[in-house]
Amino acid sequence: MSAADIGFILICAAMVMLMTPGLALFYGGMIRVKSALNMLMMVFIATGISSVLWVLYGFSLAFGDSFNGEGGGIIGNFDFVGFKDILGLESSADILTFAVFQLMFAVLTPALIAGALAERVKFSAWAVFITLWVTLVYFPVAHWVWGDGGWIANLELDGREVIDFAGGTAVHINAGIAALAVVLVIGKRVGFKRDSSMRPHNLPMVLLGASMLWFGWFGFNAGSEGAANGTAALMALNTMVATGTAVLGWLIYERIRYGAYTTLGAASGAIGGLVAITPSGANVNPMGAMAIGLVAGAVCAWAVGLKFKLGYDDSLDVVGVHLVGGIIGTLMVGFLAIDGAAGMAQFALQAGAAAAVLAYSFTVSLLLALLLKHTMGFRADEDAETGGLDQAYHAESGYDFSQSGGGSGYSAGSPTAASAAPSATDDKKVDA
Amino acid sequence: MRLITAVIKPHRIDEVKEALQAFGVHGMTVTEASGYGRQRGHTEVYRGAEYTVDLVPKTRLEILVEDDDSEQLIDVIVKSARTGKIGDGKVWSVPVETAVRVRTGDRGPDAL
Repeated sequence: MSAADIGFILICAAMVMLMTPGLALFYGGMIRVKSALNMLMMVFIATGISSVLWVLYGFSLAFGDSFNGEGGGIIGNFDFVGFKDILGLESSADILTFAVFQLMFAVLTPALIAGALAERVKFSAWAVFITLWVTLVYFPVAHWVWGDGGWIANLELDGREVIDFAGGTAVHINAGIAALAVVLVIGKRVGFKRDSSMRPHNLPMVLLGASMLWFGWFGFNAGSEGAANGTAALMALNTMVATGTAVLGWLIYERIRYGAYTTLGAASGAIGGLVAITPSGANVNPMGAMAIGLVAGAVCAWAVGLKFKLGYDDSLDVVGVHLVGGIIGTLMVGFLAIDGAAGMAQFALQAGAAAAVLAYSFTVSLLLALLLKHTMGFRADEDAETGGLDQAYHAESGYDFSQSGGGSGYSAGSPTAASAAPSATDDKKVDA
Repeated sequence: MRLITAVIKPHRIDEVKEALQAFGVHGMTVTEASGYGRQRGHTEVYRGAEYTVDLVPKTRLEILVEDDDSEQLIDVIVKSARTGKIGDGKVWSVPVETAVRVRTGDRGPDAL
């Protein structure tokens, strides 16, 4: 890598980092006040968990040489465990640059799932879940798709290869189908489909979060080229074009169907477009990007209604936006790819890669969710859910609107304070 | 003494306040309230899910007055709060036994 490439990718990495707090705000604003902080924390905790795992073994499993030989790799080896020896290598600058950029993907992908499980899971169980999930699902799938020896990366049909530039399968289909699997295990929120208070508490926050995601996504998409060049520039342009078009697509659908142009729809359309252009943007021209954006916006707007018809509580539409958007982008590029690749062969490759990730991620995620359900318990108890998870797990409230506050004392963090240590009795500070 | 309570449309509060000041009322308590009468709520759409919001934002105004002023003040409020459309609100009054000004300890009408 040239100095320019390294500089570009390091900046892209920082931009992708910003997507995780952006996602926290995007999701958090859609939650009711009483569990808003819990949503922010479910997303934000991934920064800690994935960073630790990445250094310990994640980078090695995802991007080490394939265990089972080049070409058909299903998981990386342990050569990079603890990043040992990397600093001494001649290519250490390249490896470290790539590793920090890809770490941000390992943070964001599990965090995406959080939106589907909103307002009803134990925080501890969630932390264990994403630890297991990135280990058993994300790292292997990233290896399949992006590892040099990964089997999806090496698929060939009629001289063509699978196109997943920045993560339609490895990130969005992967997280989207995992979300569906977990939702089927943990069940619906109390009041799903009948509680009229179940609406977003802060739409300006949602739009702010969506905009941070959009900004960071330029790093996510263009940076996936791994170099500062024309492909990265095409990807950046298409990222803007597809996303803008998807905003219009969602709003047009809403205007026809519901008679209003909603803020939440605009924000959601943007995310749907970003998701769909992620796998495809480096391989289509801007007119193709527009087509992908328009379809993604309108179809996702329709797809988010499915949960009410089919009865699964994908609370913040991880399935309707990330899974559906990911599939749209992954499949459409089969027919829109430039340089003569478009056609049935390309489409078949795309569909095959998507199907493999769908099947693997769904199965393992379902098993993990069942494991947690029958061991430590995945679901919050009903009092915590109805009273709000912010009080139950975080001992905080998101907003203080009242000058009188309602407090009756303040102790400056004395470790002996009885209230600080959750006890078995009912009068512990959290759960109050 | 009587306590007059008015629940009105939020955007009428400035007119009502001005009319009351012109009448000579020195103080009032205003709270944000929500509720419904004949004017039911509205529908909001979030990602295609339609939520019926029954409770409409209202402003609740409370004033303590001497018995003799009560009826006239109610008229002032009703006149200044009225738009003629459904949802204009309600005004009512109830008798009050005691009132105390916290700073001085004055009781009864002196406290108003």
